Amino acid sequence: MSENPGLVLVIEDEAAMRRFLRASLAAAGFRVAEAENGDAGLKAAPLQPPDVVILDLGLPDMDGLEVIRNLRTWSEVPIVVVSARGQEKDKVAALDLGADDYLTKPFSVGELLARIRVAMRHAARIAAGGADEATQFVVGDLKVDLAARRVFVADKEVHLTPLEYRLVAILVHHAGKVLTHRFLLEEVWGPPYVEEMHYLRVYMANLRRKLEADPARPRYLLTEQGVGYRLVDE
Amino acid sequence: MPEPQANLDQVVASLRGETPPSGRGRLKVFFGYAAGVGKTYDMLLAARAQQKSGVDVVIGYVELHGRPETEALLEGLETLPPRAVEYRGVAIREFDLDGALKRKPALILVDELAHTNASGSRHTKRWQDVDDLLAAGIDVYTTLNVQHLETLNDAIAQITGVVVRETVPDAVFERADEVEIIDLPPDELLQRFAAGKVYVPAQAQQAMQNFFQKANLIALRELALRRTADRVRAQVETTGRGREPRRPWAAQERLLVCVSPSPTSARVIRTARRMAAALQAEWIAAFVETPATEGMSEAARQNLMRHMRLAEQLGAETVTLSGQSAAEELVKYAQSHNVTRIVVGKAARSRWVELFKGSLVHDLVRLSGDVELHIVRGREEPEEETVAATLPRRTPWGNYARMAVVMALSLGVAELARLAHLAEANLVTVFLLGVVLVAVRYGRGPGVAASMIAVPLYDFFLVPPYFSFAVSDVQYLITFGVMLVVALVISTLTARIRQHAEDARQRERRTEALYRLTRQLAAMSGRYQLVVTAQRELSELFGGDVGLFLPGRSGRLQLAPGIGLEDGVADSEADIAVARWVFDHGKLAGAGTDTLPSAKALYLPLVGPEGPVGVLGIRLPQGTERLLTPDQRQLLEACAGQIGLALQRTALAEQAQRVLVQVEAERVRSSLLSSVSHDLRTPLAVIAGSSSSLLESGDAQSPETRRELLQTICDETGRMSRLIENVLRMTQLQSGVITLKKQWQPLEEVVGSALGRLGKVLADHPVTVRIPPNMPLLHFDGVLVEQVFLNLLDNAAKYTPTGTPIQILASVEGEQAVIEVADSGPGLAAGEETQIFAKFVRGAAGSVQGRRGAGLGLAICHAIVEIHGGRIWAENRPGGGARFVFTIPADLQPPTVDAEADLPPK
Repeated sequence: MSENPGLVLVIEDEAAMRRFLRASLAAAGFRVAEAENGDAGLKAAPLQPPDVVILDLGLPDMDGLEVIRNLRTWSEVPIVVVSARGQEKDKVAALDLGADDYLTKPFSVGELLARIRVAMRHAARIAAGGADEATQFVVGDLKVDLAARRVFVADKEVHLTPLEYRLVAILVHHAGKVLTHRFLLEEVWGPPYVEEMHYLRVYMANLRRKLEADPARPRYLLTEQGVGYRLVDE
Repeated sequence: MPEPQANLDQVVASLRGETPPSGRGRLKVFFGYAAGVGKTYDMLLAARAQQKSGVDVVIGYVELHGRPETEALLEGLETLPPRAVEYRGVAIREFDLDGALKRKPALILVDELAHTNASGSRHTKRWQDVDDLLAAGIDVYTTLNVQHLETLNDAIAQITGVVVRETVPDAVFERADEVEIIDLPPDELLQRFAAGKVYVPAQAQQAMQNFFQKANLIALRELALRRTADRVRAQVETTGRGREPRRPWAAQERLLVCVSPSPTSARVIRTARRMAAALQAEWIAAFVETPATEGMSEAARQNLMRHMRLAEQLGAETVTLSGQSAAEELVKYAQSHNVTRIVVGKAARSRWVELFKGSLVHDLVRLSGDVELHIVRGREEPEEETVAATLPRRTPWGNYARMAVVMALSLGVAELARLAHLAEANLVTVFLLGVVLVAVRYGRGPGVAASMIAVPLYDFFLVPPYFSFAVSDVQYLITFGVMLVVALVISTLTARIRQHAEDARQRERRTEALYRLTRQLAAMSGRYQLVVTAQRELSELFGGDVGLFLPGRSGRLQLAPGIGLEDGVADSEADIAVARWVFDHGKLAGAGTDTLPSAKALYLPLVGPEGPVGVLGIRLPQGTERLLTPDQRQLLEACAGQIGLALQRTALAEQAQRVLVQVEAERVRSSLLSSVSHDLRTPLAVIAGSSSSLLESGDAQSPETRRELLQTICDETGRMSRLIENVLRMTQLQSGVITLKKQWQPLEEVVGSALGRLGKVLADHPVTVRIPPNMPLLHFDGVLVEQVFLNLLDNAAKYTPTGTPIQILASVEGEQAVIEVADSGPGLAAGEETQIFAKFVRGAAGSVQGRRGAGLGLAICHAIVEIHGGRIWAENRPGGGARFVFTIPADLQPPTVDAEADLPPK
């Protein structure tokens, strides 16, 4: 990635925030384009298609969700949303509209770069049509063999039920990204189950018991309270 | 004496138009003396004129009777589609009240005010529909013939020989804002009739032939004109007086009409109403319960009930008196209530009957003194069909059997006495004793029967020659005679006393019940308590199901949850609709009334001093709906009044409580602000200082110093961030804007996410989590409960020495999940356990330094746990250290997760 520095479009109305992002992203080797409101952002994006969009949800001229909806009509560019804590509803709405991930203010540069990396990696995989997708996913002691549909913890095979495996496979497919409850329920159980949050929670608890050393302090299967789950990928 | 019914007074007052409610529609009546004078035609003409001047006119319902010239007038007027009703297999068109209310035009035309609606309609009578329209602010044009006026009803029946069943209360007519008389000379009407231009229902051909006689028509016309003239005069008077308050009652006439089950009573009531109207007097309808009325048959009771209702509808106040003599009671009541005239019916009875039973009229003449007496000739008139008696009454046959047993025992004792050669007087006494016992225990009928039997028994068994009715000594005949008379007198007197005692007991029970209800309601606080109390007391009093409808948060009327007795009064949407109607109109409706009589329960408005506060629904045991006596109804209404008052009081108390909470919140907010501003300034000062130091002399500083300064900035920022998050959360919680997003979830997950977020803070403390594997799913808001853990764990890390362990424990105890965060630090100072959760308030006084933000965190925990319905407290552990414990209700059954096999394949 460092050979081909990506272009990051920052849509943010606070000048100080833009300054901080510009400095940190440039230091990490990215090129940065800036827009100070939604309208400018939507105009800038087609002219110079970015590799990642960082979008503040609280824009002066339009709802950040509107920007996502508009962008998604023509582009699959990864979008990372920035918002304050206590606005879980907005985060979920943004993710369900097609945003890739979110950052909660205040955030550190480390978190920001990690999100951007995951989003770009995922977009690259999609662009390659999935052919590029590894048949194996490994993080820490956890190994998922997608070809053989087998899961190992510390090289010991763990037996999963078909639904548990389906859940793990979806998480692996989107590793590093946060996935909303709704998305997971729809993907694993199907549309009639999107409101049955407790299904997902019970299965996630079972998975943690099977895959985590201490289910109450998960290393791999993280809960994003009020939003969804994330499978750690690094 | 019973209080005048507040509710009825209101209805009557509004019927009389004394308090014209603002926004009420205007009623115009096109008034004629017979069918065919052109009322509908003129009404349509008037409507067209209105439409031309831009008024939104809709035809609600018009009977055309196939007259083309009338039909032509419909052209260009919007017509409301009629409601199709199936009645005994025949499709009937009815006026669609709901449609009209929904359409809400400025002016609506509704023909035939006296029409009786098909059963199953909201109201029995069309004039009630019209009343609803007026209440909704819609102007109404309607038509009415003179013979449909309630009080003229029997006068007209006398003139024409045709009894009209469909009547309109005079008050409706009197209250009309405008009455236009549609007149046509009788000759012209007769010509029209002869030419077949007057619609006559097929089944009434013959009757109508009799009706359309010139003499009849002249009389009817005169009545109609006179009635209209009366109205005009009354209007002039009212306008002249400028609606000044009514004259003091003492100077006024007041009528008392005596109501009885007799079929003539209805006529007497109507006469009284006419007199009262002419005198502009209040009038009272009274029924006197006397020993003679005790044995009243069910049919008679039904008639009485109907007459009392009729009087009520015509605007009378009704009372039930009781005493030995009807005349005495009436006069006593009249004197104590300043009644100037008593109206009674004269029964057509023979002189002999009067001699035996006494005559009310004669008694009244003798007793009435100053009070004028009006006697109305009784004349039988056909009663409406009598509802079959359905109230199960105790069958007397069992009592007669018991009477036989008692008499047999008396005989046995007397026989023994005779064998013991006791004096004959004693034998007679034994029998009389038996008669008294029977009368006391089993009532009047068996008592009288016992008296009759006693004589032949005595004769047959105890008078020589024995076992024969023959009598050896003529003297015995005197004994028999005296014995019979004495037995009869004793049994009658005893039964009467017993009846009185029973009556008194009943009355006392009701007074006692009302008193108890009042006292209990006064002691209750909170709506639920009130509902439960009302349900328990009323169902004990009247039997059956009782429920209260109260306006919910949105102002919409809902059934208030109680002790399960409420289900019967809200069986269906329709029942709730009735309750809403009652609430909106402030009148009672439902079973046993004329409004929505098909409902299963009776609904009464609950009115507080500031207007309606709810509706009381009572579903009486099957079959007794219509048998509420006026007495019972008054009791019920008195109860409703008490409940209304209590509800209003509760509402006021709740309001005061809310204000108090607001004041408290305001106080908290201001102290919060001052405490927070201190807590914010410190990290801000550190950040500003460190960063400026870096900017100004960064180059001169060693890399370690620079790094240290940067780390300080980073740490202080994190602290400020947490503080701000807490402040925001706290203000949200305090202001009540937060809505709980409760979901079923494992506790473990929240613990996990909280530990994840606090990774760095807890780095120096080993944390152990012990949640039993069989811990059920709990119902809570994940984001908020995570905050509880974040604050408790953050505190535990902050106030305990580095390296000391922290434990998270959970268990289910009864219907509560108990969750504990325990540390091994220095523990809490004495007295701190209870104050710690309100610490931020104290922090405002600046007494707690060094524990910045701590109180705020715990206050947030407290608020969050509280809105979940749990409890939070702190205590010291026996082995050292503190523990913070909170509970979350676990009283609901968690949802199940379908077995995997049952799920759809993907």
